[in-house]
Amino acid sequence: AEAAELRERLRAVRHTVLVLSGKGGVGKSTFSALLAHGLAADENKQVALLDIDICGPSIPKIMGLEGEQVHQSGSGWSPVYVEENLGVMSVGFLLSSPDDAVIWRGPKKNGLIKQFLRDVDWGEVDYLIVDTPPGTSDEHLSIVQYLSATHIDGAVIITTPQEVSLQDVRKEINFCRKVKLPIIGVVENMSGFVCPKCKNESQIFPPTTGGAEKMCQNLSVSLLGKVPLDPQIGKSCDRGQSFLAEAPESPATLSYRNIIQRIQEYCEQHHLQEEKIM
Amino acid sequence: TLAERTNLAGVRHILLVLSGKGGVGKSTLSTELALALRSAGKKVGILDVDLCGPSIPRMLRVQDSAVHQCDSGWVPVFVGQDKAIALMSIGFLLERPDDAVVWRGPKKNALIKQFVTDVAWGDLDFLIVDTPPGTSDEHISTVEALRPHQLLGAVLVTTPQ
Repeated sequence: AEAAELRERLRAVRHTVLVLSGKGGVGKSTFSALLAHGLAADENKQVALLDIDICGPSIPKIMGLEGEQVHQSGSGWSPVYVEENLGVMSVGFLLSSPDDAVIWRGPKKNGLIKQFLRDVDWGEVDYLIVDTPPGTSDEHLSIVQYLSATHIDGAVIITTPQEVSLQDVRKEINFCRKVKLPIIGVVENMSGFVCPKCKNESQIFPPTTGGAEKMCQNLSVSLLGKVPLDPQIGKSCDRGQSFLAEAPESPATLSYRNIIQRIQEYCEQHHLQEEKIM
Repeated sequence: TLAERTNLAGVRHILLVLSGKGGVGKSTLSTELALALRSAGKKVGILDVDLCGPSIPRMLRVQDSAVHQCDSGWVPVFVGQDKAIALMSIGFLLERPDDAVVWRGPKKNALIKQFVTDVAWGDLDFLIVDTPPGTSDEHISTVEALRPHQLLGAVLVTTPQ
């Protein structure tokens, strides 16, 4: 009955993309937010961003929605809208103070995630993007389990170039394979830094074992793109602005846009194939 | 239990390295702190309770090590230039390093409790406990399991943004 309830609630969601990484601090939330902004640039698309990082919800700040509260209506919880076609839900909205720690064990976290999926009134959604915490634990198992009621197009996996990140990301790739979650591809963040003054390129996080490129080759997954470090990215996140809008000329923006397009193409193609089958 | 009283009885100071945020350098700091304390002539151990993303073995170049048992429990892996830093990490228990530890909270809690009580640390001046990001099962269980012993305190790691 529960599965049926979830299926019903998520029936009007056309595409679902999970943003994952084994590693923390590589740019999952940053990417999720920009993916949402990028997709919502098309006014005809309805985009939903769900933040299930219960211990460290970054999405409210990155989307400029800190301090917003969630409203209840007859049809469930209302997401907080950044634009008319871009709605956001995060545990961050449920905290009375942004410094409140959510010190919950797994089962309680799972309960909230289920509630998000069951009780949020998303309406008709073209793209549901789910931002996750680092790791391969309760939140990840639960979201895959609960979303099996609908259809997950796939996962985008985020990494940075160094081996200490890649070794956690390989685990994440194996997790996806274990739970039969398709991998749309890998994004390598913090991939090089071009000095705006002297234009020299430096490797701040040297890819000592070949970076994401080599890892993707070895594991036969797609490398969606590499995004260079740009201090404006962090600043935009802190200020709750879209980096794509703030720095349209940055090489990082170009990379992000290419990657977003590839994800869109993957999802659309997927849909076409499914329709063919049906 | 007797083992509980024995295995941590010889540890003078227990230090936790924490951060809410991932990727800020907890494991890096834990490693450097251990190496620096060792250089200063202290007896040091590291307990890596990041079950999903154990980074310490690679940082100390022992990612291919295995752990053994003795009468009083698990024998830590000895690392560092003079092989005098004691390290225990779940990384050592994985058959293949790319294996994901896809466990829910209760199973993680059981392993952490075992890590805390069943490792034969011997006499240490400092035991540094490296943690994963967040404020969840691993953190609750680690603090609970360490509570009967002398906790020096926590070092919190962040980045500027």
